[in-house]
Amino acid sequence: MDKVKNDRREELERTVLRPLTRTGKGYYLVVGFLVLVVLWGLYAYSTQFRNGLIVTGMRDRILWGFYIILFVFFIGISHAGTLISAILRVVKAQWRTPVTRMAEFITVVALSVGGLMPIIDLGRPDRIPNLVLFGRWQSPILWDVLSITTYLTGSIIYLYLPLIPDLALCRDRLGKEASAWKRGFYRIASIGWQGTQRQKRYLSIAMASMMVLIIPVAVSVHTVVSWIFAMTLREAWNSTVFGAYFVAGAIFSGIAAIIIIMAILRRAFHLERYITNQHFINLGYMMGGFTLIMMYFNVSEYVVTGYKMAGETSFHFLQLMAREYAPFFWMYTIGGMVVPGLIILFPRTRTFKGVLIAAGFVLVGMWLERFIIVVAGLRVPLMPYEPSWYLPTWVEWSIMAGAFAMFGLVIAIFSKLVPVISVWEVAEQYEEAEALETAPPHGGRQPATQPLHVEGASGTAPAPGDTAGGMP
Amino acid sequence: MDSKEQKQSSKENYRKWQVSRRRLLQFMGAAGATAAIAPFLPSVFAKVSAGPSADTDPSATNGTGTARLRKWAMVIDLRRCDGCQGIDLPPQCTEACVEGHYAPEPMQFIQVYEHELHGEGTQFIPTPCMQCQNAPCVNVCPVGATFATPEGVILVDQQRCIGCRMCMAACPYDRRFFTWSKPPQPAEALFSEYDPEHQFPLPRGVTVKCNFCPHLARSGKLPYCAQACPSSAIYYGDLEEDIATNGAEVVKLSHFLAENQSYQLKADLGTKPRVYYIPGHGEAVGRSPYRTGRKPSRWPWQEKIEGAQTWTR
Repeated sequence: MDKVKNDRREELERTVLRPLTRTGKGYYLVVGFLVLVVLWGLYAYSTQFRNGLIVTGMRDRILWGFYIILFVFFIGISHAGTLISAILRVVKAQWRTPVTRMAEFITVVALSVGGLMPIIDLGRPDRIPNLVLFGRWQSPILWDVLSITTYLTGSIIYLYLPLIPDLALCRDRLGKEASAWKRGFYRIASIGWQGTQRQKRYLSIAMASMMVLIIPVAVSVHTVVSWIFAMTLREAWNSTVFGAYFVAGAIFSGIAAIIIIMAILRRAFHLERYITNQHFINLGYMMGGFTLIMMYFNVSEYVVTGYKMAGETSFHFLQLMAREYAPFFWMYTIGGMVVPGLIILFPRTRTFKGVLIAAGFVLVGMWLERFIIVVAGLRVPLMPYEPSWYLPTWVEWSIMAGAFAMFGLVIAIFSKLVPVISVWEVAEQYEEAEALETAPPHGGRQPATQPLHVEGASGTAPAPGDTAGGMP
Repeated sequence: MDSKEQKQSSKENYRKWQVSRRRLLQFMGAAGATAAIAPFLPSVFAKVSAGPSADTDPSATNGTGTARLRKWAMVIDLRRCDGCQGIDLPPQCTEACVEGHYAPEPMQFIQVYEHELHGEGTQFIPTPCMQCQNAPCVNVCPVGATFATPEGVILVDQQRCIGCRMCMAACPYDRRFFTWSKPPQPAEALFSEYDPEHQFPLPRGVTVKCNFCPHLARSGKLPYCAQACPSSAIYYGDLEEDIATNGAEVVKLSHFLAENQSYQLKADLGTKPRVYYIPGHGEAVGRSPYRTGRKPSRWPWQEKIEGAQTWTR
C-alpha cells in the first residue's frame, strides 16, 4: 500500500519537475521566436517614442485604439487566474488542484502586460510621476492605478504562497541537476520551508485569507476599467451595467485563456496524467455558463438602449449591426458567444478539442468586443462632422504582437523556473483519498487542527506530522 | 533534527513571531495612517509648490484692483452668423483664433459647424470650448492638468498633462485637440515663456483647447474670435457684472439672454456651459438657410514654418 502511494507521488514529482532541469530544442526555438517578436515590438515602440503618437492610427476623434483595447483585453484575461483559483478554492472544488498554479500565473503576467498598455498609450510617458505628485482621486484613471496595483500585489502574493512548499521541494529534490543560480533561487525563495505543522498552519491561514480578499479586488479592477468608459458623456458608453458587463466578460475571456495555455503546457511538458481531458471539460462548463451570462448582458445592454433609440443610439446601432462594424459585431455575438455555447452544449462536441476550439472563438470574440466598445463607441459623432476612421498602423500591430509575445515569453520562462502544477496540493489530495480509503468512518483524528485545514474536507484531514512538502 | 530540538526551535520561532506581530501591528497602523492621508498629499504638494499664485488672488485677476471676481461668458448670436459666406472667406473667428494662438493644423479652437435645420437648409454654429461649470474634462483629469480658474475659465497646463486623453473622451463637444506629433511653432512662440493662458510653446503629446482669452479680457480686449467677426455675432462679457459686448454695442447680459430665447449646447448633459447661443441661421446678415457650405479653414501662419508636420482630426 505504502509503496504504491510513494510510487504515485514519486512519479508526480518526477514528471512535474522534469521541465525544470531538461530543456528540449523546441523550447529554445519557441523562446527565440518570442524574443524576436518582443524585440520587434520594442523597436516599434521606440519609433513611437521618438516621433510621438502620430505614428499610430489614433487621432482627435477616435482617440484610443489598440493599446486601450489590449489593456482591457489583458486585464480581462488576468481575471482567469484569480477568480478561477480563488472561487474554486473557496467552494473546495477538488478538480481545480492541477489548474490553479497556471491560472494564478496567467493573472500576474496578464496584469503586468496589460498594465503596460496605458503607459504605451500615453502622449507623455516621461510624466508618469505626475500621477503620484499631482494625482486626483476624482479621476477614473487614478482608480485604475490604485486597483490594478493592488490587484497585482495581491496576485503576486496569492501566486507565491502556494508556491513556497513547491520551491522547497525543488530545493530539496533538484540537487546538482539544477544550475547554481537556480539552486540559490529555490533556497532563498522557499524562505526556510520545512513542512512543519506550524508552517503548514500559517500557510493555510494566509492562503485562506488571500483567496477571500482577492475576489473583491478582482471584481473592483474590471469595474473601474469599465468606468474609464462609462464615466464619460458618450452615448455608446452611457450604461450602468458596464461594470458588471466588463467583469463577466473578463472572467469569460480569462477561462478561455486558461484553457488555451493549459493545453499548450500540457502538450509541451507531457502532463496528460495530471491535467486530464476532464479538466478541460470542467473549464468548458464554466465557459459555457458564462456564454449565457454574456448573452444576457448583451441583451440587457442593447435592448434597453435600442428600445428607446435616444440621442445618437440609432447611429451607434446602425454602425454595429448593419454597417461599418457589423462583421465585427456579429463575429463577436455569434462567433464569440453562440458558437462556443453550442459547442459546449452538445456532448458530441464537448471534448478536449471542442473546448479548445470554443476557447479560441471566445478569445477572438472578446478581443472584438473590446474593439467594438472602444473604437465604435468613439466613432459616434459628437458634433455635426463626418464620422472618422481608425486604421491601426504597423506600429500598433507590432506592439500588439510584441505584447502577446511578451505574455507567452514570461509564461515560458516561468515554466522552467517553478513547477507548473502545484505538486504539494496534488499530493495532499492523494493523501486525502488514501485517508478516505484506509481510515475508519469516525477516525481518531485530532479535531483541534481541523478548522485550520481549509484544504481538507472535514474528517479526512491528514494526520499531524504527515508532511506534504516532499520530505522522504 | 530530533523532535525535542524541533520543538525548541519552533518555540523560539513563536517568540519571534510575537514580537514581530506587535511590530507588524505598529507597521500596519503607520501604513493605514499613510493610506488615509495619501489622497490629500497631492493637493498639499500642489499648494506648497504653487506658492502664492495669481489664480487665487482675485484682485490680481480682474485687473480693476477691486475684489470683484469676473465670470467670463460668451453669447453667440446665430442670427448674425453666415459662416462668412457674405465675404466669401473662411470663418474669420477661426482664422483670427488660429493666428492669435498659433494653433497648428488641424486645430480650430473655435470651429464653425454647419448644422442641418429641420426641413432643409443649414445654420452655422461657431463652437469654442463651452467653459463648462461642471466640466467633464476637469472631473476626469488624473493629474489636475485641466483645471478651472476662479473666474470659471477651463485651462490646460500642458507642462503637467500626461497625454492620457481621458479629457478628450469625456468632452461631449469635441473641443479638445491633441498634439499627435511635435507641433510646428513660430519663433515668437518658441521664445515666449509658457503660460496656460496662451498655451505656447506647445509640447508634443498633450491636449490643447480654446482658453477663452482671459489674458485679453484682463487688458480690456475682446477674444480674437469676437474681435474678428465681421458681423459682430460674438458677445463676450461678465456674468458677475451682468454686461457683455461684441465691440459695437453693449448689452445687459441677463436681459439679452432672457429676451432672445438663448440656449446652451447639449444643456441636458448638465455640464453648465458658459457659452450661450441665440438661435438663428444668419438671417440678420441676409443669409438664406438654403445656401450651404463654407470655405475651409486655413492656418496661414503655419505656411511660414518649413517642414511643418500636420495631421487630420
